[in-house]
Amino acid sequence: MGKTASMGAISTQTHDTTSLQPAGRRPTRRSWWRSRSLKGIGYTTPTAVIVVVLFLAPLVLVFWMALNRWPLLGSPTLNAPDNYTQIPDNPLFVQAIRFTLKYTVIITIVLLLIALGLALLVQERRRGVGFLRTIYLLPSGVGFAAAALLFYGLYSSEIGPLDGILRSLHIIDKPFSFTGTPNAALFSTIALVIWRFAGFQMLILLVGLQSIPSELYEAARVDGATRWQTFRRVTLPLLRPTLALLLVVSVSGSLLAFDQFFILTQGQPDNSTLTMVMVIYREAFFRFNLGGAAALSVVVLLVLVALNALQLRILRRND
Amino acid sequence: MAGTPLRRPGVRSLPLLLLLLVAVVLSGCGGNGSPSSSTASADSGAKITFWTRAATEAASRRLVDGYNASHKNQVELTVIPTDNYQPRIAAAAGAKNLPDVFASDVIFMPQYTSRGLFLDITDRIDKLPFKDSLAPSHIELGTYQDRKYGVPHVLDLSVLFYNKVLYQKAGLDPDKPPTTLKEFADQARTIRQKVGGKVYGTFWGGSCGGCYVFTYWPSIWAGGGEVMNKDGTQSTIDSPQSVQVFQTYNQLWKDGVVPSSAKDERGPTWTSYFPKGLIGVMPMPSTTLGQMPDNDKVKVGVAPIPGPDGGESTFVGGDSLGISATSKQPDQAWDFISWTLSDQAQVEIVAKNKDIVSRTDLASNKYSDADPRVVLINQMVGKGRTPYALNFGATYNDPNGPWIPVARDAVFGAEAAKALTDGAPTITKALQQQ
Repeated sequence: MGKTASMGAISTQTHDTTSLQPAGRRPTRRSWWRSRSLKGIGYTTPTAVIVVVLFLAPLVLVFWMALNRWPLLGSPTLNAPDNYTQIPDNPLFVQAIRFTLKYTVIITIVLLLIALGLALLVQERRRGVGFLRTIYLLPSGVGFAAAALLFYGLYSSEIGPLDGILRSLHIIDKPFSFTGTPNAALFSTIALVIWRFAGFQMLILLVGLQSIPSELYEAARVDGATRWQTFRRVTLPLLRPTLALLLVVSVSGSLLAFDQFFILTQGQPDNSTLTMVMVIYREAFFRFNLGGAAALSVVVLLVLVALNALQLRILRRND
Repeated sequence: MAGTPLRRPGVRSLPLLLLLLVAVVLSGCGGNGSPSSSTASADSGAKITFWTRAATEAASRRLVDGYNASHKNQVELTVIPTDNYQPRIAAAAGAKNLPDVFASDVIFMPQYTSRGLFLDITDRIDKLPFKDSLAPSHIELGTYQDRKYGVPHVLDLSVLFYNKVLYQKAGLDPDKPPTTLKEFADQARTIRQKVGGKVYGTFWGGSCGGCYVFTYWPSIWAGGGEVMNKDGTQSTIDSPQSVQVFQTYNQLWKDGVVPSSAKDERGPTWTSYFPKGLIGVMPMPSTTLGQMPDNDKVKVGVAPIPGPDGGESTFVGGDSLGISATSKQPDQAWDFISWTLSDQAQVEIVAKNKDIVSRTDLASNKYSDADPRVVLINQMVGKGRTPYALNFGATYNDPNGPWIPVARDAVFGAEAAKALTDGAPTITKALQQQ
């Protein structure tokens, strides 16, 4: 009875609430919606403006520039599709595509393996782990260009300490050029990128590792799984979303590599460490061929979009 | 209703507009008057922005300080890292944000003038009483389709510097610098053999395109060879004289007369070894003479860069100065530029600091005459060359241009002749690129 009474009270209350809004007040509701949607527009406008001004407008401009002969000063003239048809004639770009892909494959794999190793090393709470985590993450606080300049000094046989150390250890007997041969230049740069980014990737992987429920490890242990089996059957599958994120970030970042090679090797020796973005930069700012540079940018953009779409598709299918 | 309040301020501001119009017309009359009144109005307390590259900063700064101290106008100097100068100019031009005045490496002038970055100052230059004495190579490279866009700002010549202290140590006569490239190689070799240790015979920037151009080409010219055709559209770097020059340097590399760091030297530190007393003899920029030490390790002697079998030449480099096409105060900018060329600035600032004057009529002055080395450099201005090519920067200076791999292969590779023959077409292609 009491239950029914209280139910009735609720229903009355509900009724009362609705009855408070007479038929003539309907527009109020609409105005509430309007103000709500206005509020929504208000909240999204700053982001929308930023996206339009900083992303869409430059994107449209780049596509438009790529269709024109674009002088530094003065008005552009339409010359489509010359900027695109000239791309295969640019041997530097073709060479840069090859090198950038090679660099991307090497750095993505090496960086991921090292970061995963570091993350597994400092995963469990033990004495000194906090200190190690800090040490590994510290290089991420250095600006990338500054880090590249640091390594430039480090590798220099004139001002860097490495040469002296290697000589005193009798590993080398004459000055070693860290950027003198194509391979030395590539791996010297890879060392820099690992130093700068391994800690950051470790941090992201650590978050992924921490989110794996410990019950699963316990269950695996009860079932008698070895360490390797636990890693393969528990850790890796549950870490996949994190690994996917790092893969996309790493591949995109490496395909757009610029700072490290621009500062450390300048594309040398003999243009062997020239990346795609460096060729775009050269086309725009040394050759003043802004239209051509825009066309190259469009090509790189399309490659990036295609590669990322492919990666996401494969990863989603596996999910 | 709506029209009334709009119309009212218009009526009220009419007298003001008329007043402004009269003022503009009057000031225009003043500007078109005698040159003296024009100059007077040009020094109106304006702020003139001026960009230069780090390589020639010291010379530019001295001139700016001199001008600011004696004028109402104030020049604000911005120094940009040399390697970054071209991109910065390009970015600023694209944004129509160039400074009032900017200096340019003289060899980039054709590229800038042909793209309309500088203001046409033909009439202003022609009014200068000393217009025929302005350094000819700088004027030539600043001229595009018979119009002039730039004047000489800094002259930087390549000449041989040799260390008399090391010459004495090696048993060479410190008063007999090399007169042929062969002698140059022999003397460098002797210093390496007799002194040794950290001291090497010679040095060059092995991965620096601009350095090769500046230091090797004079030897090719001195031998009667050419590096390009007159229009700068065809490379002749495989000429016999050129092959001879590269072979000489190639042999010095093979013989260990040059430090191994030369191979990777990209430019920033290529002049830093000589002042430390570590190099016997090498082509150097004349602008560094004023900063050379004079102590028990280094005593600098200067000689022209010789050809394979004699002769002498130099690369007349340095900077040109012009008013940017986007400057809103060209009169004030010209007031500064023309002042930098005046007797006062050229003698009391440029010559006093052992720099090369921009005017041939002032080549002999009280400061230069006191130092025979400066006299020699001044004399070389007339014998030197500045090559012309629209695509000079992208071909020779750009670290990713075709020149560096060709030059490196010729100097550090097995065979200079083959490297140059194979490389010439790729350089030509870059020179002809639109």
